[in-house]
Amino acid sequence: MGMTMTQRILAAHAGLKEVKAGQFIEADLDMVLANDITGPVAIKEFKKMGAESVFDKNKIALVPDHFTPNKDIKAAEQSKTLREFAVEQDITNYFEVGEMGIEHVLLPEKGIVTAGDAVIGADSHTCTYGALGAFSTGIGSTDMAAGMARGKAWFKVPSAIKFELVGKPSKWVSGKDVILHIIGMIGVDGALYKSMEFMGTGLKNLSMDDRFTIANMAIEAGAKNGIFMVDEKTEEYMKEHKNKNKLLKKKTKIYKPDPDAVYDETYVIDLSKIRPTVAFPHLPENTKTIDEVGDIKIDQVVIGSCTNGRMEDMKIAAKILKGKKVAKNLRLIIIPGSQDIYLECIKNGFAEIFIKAGGVFSTPTCGPCLGGHMGIMAAGERTVSTTNRNFVGRMGHVESEIYLASPAVAAASAIAGKIAAPEGV
Amino acid sequence: MGKVFKYGENVDTDVIIPARHLNTSVPEELAKHCMEDLDADFVNRVEQGDIIVAGKNFGCGSSREHAPIAIKASGIQCVIAPTFARIFYRNSLNTGLPILECEEAAENIDAGDEISVDFKTGKISNITKGETYQAEPFPDFIRDLIENDGLVNYVNQKIKETV
Ligand code: SF4
Repeated sequence: MGMTMTQRILAAHAGLKEVKAGQFIEADLDMVLANDITGPVAIKEFKKMGAESVFDKNKIALVPDHFTPNKDIKAAEQSKTLREFAVEQDITNYFEVGEMGIEHVLLPEKGIVTAGDAVIGADSHTCTYGALGAFSTGIGSTDMAAGMARGKAWFKVPSAIKFELVGKPSKWVSGKDVILHIIGMIGVDGALYKSMEFMGTGLKNLSMDDRFTIANMAIEAGAKNGIFMVDEKTEEYMKEHKNKNKLLKKKTKIYKPDPDAVYDETYVIDLSKIRPTVAFPHLPENTKTIDEVGDIKIDQVVIGSCTNGRMEDMKIAAKILKGKKVAKNLRLIIIPGSQDIYLECIKNGFAEIFIKAGGVFSTPTCGPCLGGHMGIMAAGERTVSTTNRNFVGRMGHVESEIYLASPAVAAASAIAGKIAAPEGV
Repeated sequence: MGKVFKYGENVDTDVIIPARHLNTSVPEELAKHCMEDLDADFVNRVEQGDIIVAGKNFGCGSSREHAPIAIKASGIQCVIAPTFARIFYRNSLNTGLPILECEEAAENIDAGDEISVDFKTGKISNITKGETYQAEPFPDFIRDLIENDGLVNYVNQKIKETV
């Protein structure tokens, strides 16, 4: 029986010729990741396990991105735990506040993950790297600790849903609209325990940044991982973002599904039919197209996060905001996903556009995405956000509301003071 | 035996333990805010040995292990739902919070019912209603992990073997 892309990667990492859905395996890992929230818990468990040193100091990434620059004393203490561990274990891929970025923006950018890798991260959006053709999935801190100690993790081999992409998205439609459309269609548990595998002739019409956004939100459909077939765009991206650390010895390996791979379901998605899409409170599956949203007044707009804090997202926002002003009494907060993107925005004038439009333009951080800091809502307030979760209380008071959208819709909404189509501004 | 707290579908990790409390990882501290954004009264009413019964996709959202840790530290002995979000499922087993998948139980058990659970057989008895439900017992691999008392001890064992 043929294997899916995910199954082929897992089989290779478990040293098996073949794996089947439902089988339990132990796989070798190419990268193990944690942040300032999940890392300290993992470090504690690591010590409890009786481990003294990590399995490979080049294959661990520690990124303080959630509550950094430290928002309070407790956050500072968590960052300190992470830093001390990184120093003690001589971790190569530890990123101090001046070189960091949001983990899932940073790792591909630095070439720390690549096609064919098996990656676990103590963060649910670790599934982002599927855009590169890697198997990557979120796990908890105890799994992270075991991964750091042994370079291995246990998995139940998932079955998969195939998404056959065709056509070309229209002007203001991006990866965010595609994934919101899909989650709206299959629901927040539509891919529970499964892989979402993306392929088809429409793939060439999606940029790498589009693909990162789509893979990033696979978890919002309950999936174990999302993964894209590797094409020229992927290879070009990986060439441009090669890791400089010789000891890491990154080798890309391209896995395709077997011709007779078995999928639980196949969806054909015509990208040309997708409209800008917004997820209403309080679940990512509550989607409406921009034509159906009605009159929703908003108090705040957030553009950033591991979903939409990449260069293309900044570019779209700058294009729409150029020479415009945000609506009166509205807070616009723009947070690039990494120091490189931040610098690029300064160099090419985006920073000026954002600030002149009346926005806040900050150093990289997860910040408001998880209700940490830098844009928390009071009771009754509404935010249009390019992040990935609109759960109750995610960005502040339990009576606040989050509307998930693309950078284009978010920027247009900031100008209009209500949810607005990018075509209109 | 424990009394039941009943919740709906897609209970996410942000309501189980909101991120604003994630600047600590001390179980007792986390327990003080368990379920806060869904049921502010939970922490006042929960007693040792109580049980949470909920709808499908329990624990969806973030990978924060703080969620099962908070639930366990609050005194809850077991969570029953038709399905769990996969990272939550893993984290629960890895940290020793027993969970059971059982659609029938999730449908028929009401808030306040007294129930008891046999983890070995997966049998759930509803004392209040005089009903029993059968949950899927754990696969062997997982039972191994639980019998080893979670992943920490399992890895500890492996490390000892290699030295
Ligand atoms: S940006 Fe948001 S979703 Fe992404 S890693 Fe940070 S907190 Fe998580």
